Amino acid sequence: MPVIIGVSIISFSIMHMIPGDPARIIAGEGATKQDIEAIRLKYGLDKPLVEQYFRFMKGIITNDLRSIKTERPILREILPRFSNTIQLALVSIVISSFIGISLGIISSVRRNTWVDSFAMVFSLIGVSMPIFWLGILLIIIFAVVLGWLPSGGKGGVEHIILPAITLGLATSAIIARMTRASMLEVLNQDYVRTARAFGINRRKVIYKYVLRNALIPIVTVIGLQFGYLLGGAVLTESVFGWPGLGRYVVDSIFSRDYIAVQVGIMIIAISFVLVNLAVDIVYALVDPRLRRG
Amino acid sequence: MPGKTSLTITFKRISRNKGALIGMIIVIVFVAVAILAPLIAPKDPYKQDLLSSLEAPSFRHLFGTDIFGRDVLSRVIYGARTSLSISLAAVLFAILLGVVVGTIAGYFGGVIDEVLMRFLDILMAFPDILLAIAIVAALGPGKANLIIAIAIYSFPQFARVMRASVLTIKTNEYIEAARAIGESHLSIMIRYIVPNALAPIIVQATLRMATAILTISGLSFLGLGVKPPEAEWGTDLAMARVYLEIAPHLGIFPGLALFLTVMGFNLFGDGLNDALNPRLKDR
Repeated sequence: MPVIIGVSIISFSIMHMIPGDPARIIAGEGATKQDIEAIRLKYGLDKPLVEQYFRFMKGIITNDLRSIKTERPILREILPRFSNTIQLALVSIVISSFIGISLGIISSVRRNTWVDSFAMVFSLIGVSMPIFWLGILLIIIFAVVLGWLPSGGKGGVEHIILPAITLGLATSAIIARMTRASMLEVLNQDYVRTARAFGINRRKVIYKYVLRNALIPIVTVIGLQFGYLLGGAVLTESVFGWPGLGRYVVDSIFSRDYIAVQVGIMIIAISFVLVNLAVDIVYALVDPRLRRG
Repeated sequence: MPGKTSLTITFKRISRNKGALIGMIIVIVFVAVAILAPLIAPKDPYKQDLLSSLEAPSFRHLFGTDIFGRDVLSRVIYGARTSLSISLAAVLFAILLGVVVGTIAGYFGGVIDEVLMRFLDILMAFPDILLAIAIVAALGPGKANLIIAIAIYSFPQFARVMRASVLTIKTNEYIEAARAIGESHLSIMIRYIVPNALAPIIVQATLRMATAILTISGLSFLGLGVKPPEAEWGTDLAMARVYLEIAPHLGIFPGLALFLTVMGFNLFGDGLNDALNPRLKDR
């Protein structure tokens, strides 16, 4: 909770960190003195900062806080775009969990084979790959050269494939690494060797005993990564013209809609914190050792 | 400070680690390219030649030309200069902030530590480059603001690493001895604590260089960082995105340079971590 309040304060102060008079900047170039004064009154910029902060927070909920550009209540601008971002992040996390977990399992079971080296190289590429360059490469291959998928925009299922893969590559690399490490740890446990010694089929041991016990850290990473994707979507959304919240924030910076920037950034950060919190709670529920302690 | 022997040991360990060695070579190559840019760039990266706009790679222009007919190879070479200089400045600034905050938090502990750490938690609650975007949104674009934004976005990591080291160093007897003979807190921090905590900071700095370079080009790609016509990989990729359908070659080379540099710093940083951290040695 203190973190959420802190996040809201920092998001709020964005407009007040601008060098110069915010009213003048919102009014734009060539505004008269009266225009600037009118804006100062309209947005309550003449009030003390603390009061402005409370008005800001209250205004979000009561719909009194409106986008500077469109004059519509800010939440009504933001929520549909946020749902697009969530949609993208969800598809992305499903794809990357599938790739990451499969790759992690195979490389832990076939340790030190070519599959394992491939997985290592894949995770190295995944963490070093600039997300927007990956997007550009996928557009070149699948949209420009092969012509299989659209290069941007929102529409049917075909529109979400490239952005979701782009957004999820780094995540699948991280999930693969975590799965591999977690699987290896469990594979070395005595009870796994005992189960094997009892003559239980190898495949069954791996899926029934090892994977199940290795799953907790994997699920945690997936949860944390999901929160991360919500914020990381900014670049992907810009490459593919996906109408999400991250892109809206960037567009709003250019149109000097500071209210949209403040609230947009705040919503993304708060949902990131909430997702992390949810992961902690789920973690405690799933792992009985933590529940008791 | 690491003496000559520990430096040679570190170097030996790195050269035994294949990944770290590759990373070090990539980093050295790109640093050299950045420094020598005016000497090795075949053309002027800003010279427009509208008659040869959007040419595909050829012997005359190895990486092709962009919409203004500028030589892409030369722009990629100058781009190394832009990225590395900004990220170096930002990371140094972040180290300074992080070392100061981390040392104070770890050394004094108690309420000061609590307050500083909560503040860092709040900064780290902004996922990915969102904090950098927020700062640039407030300060406006431009190189100096970019450096400030990336420094603020990066310093919590340094502060955390520093604090953790300080907590272990603090319990050493020589610190107690220094206090006993009446040295001031400031002098103890500067003379004993900071030098002994440098190894993890160096590792972190190498890894953060990778993140800083990614963030610079990411912000520039969004139009919030380095402004055209200055040669920068992210800025050039943003322009490439517009002409991708007719000139896909524009989307390849700046990104490849960016990817290789980031990978170089990541590999080198991981290698340094293994080399400087004896506990991981027998992994």
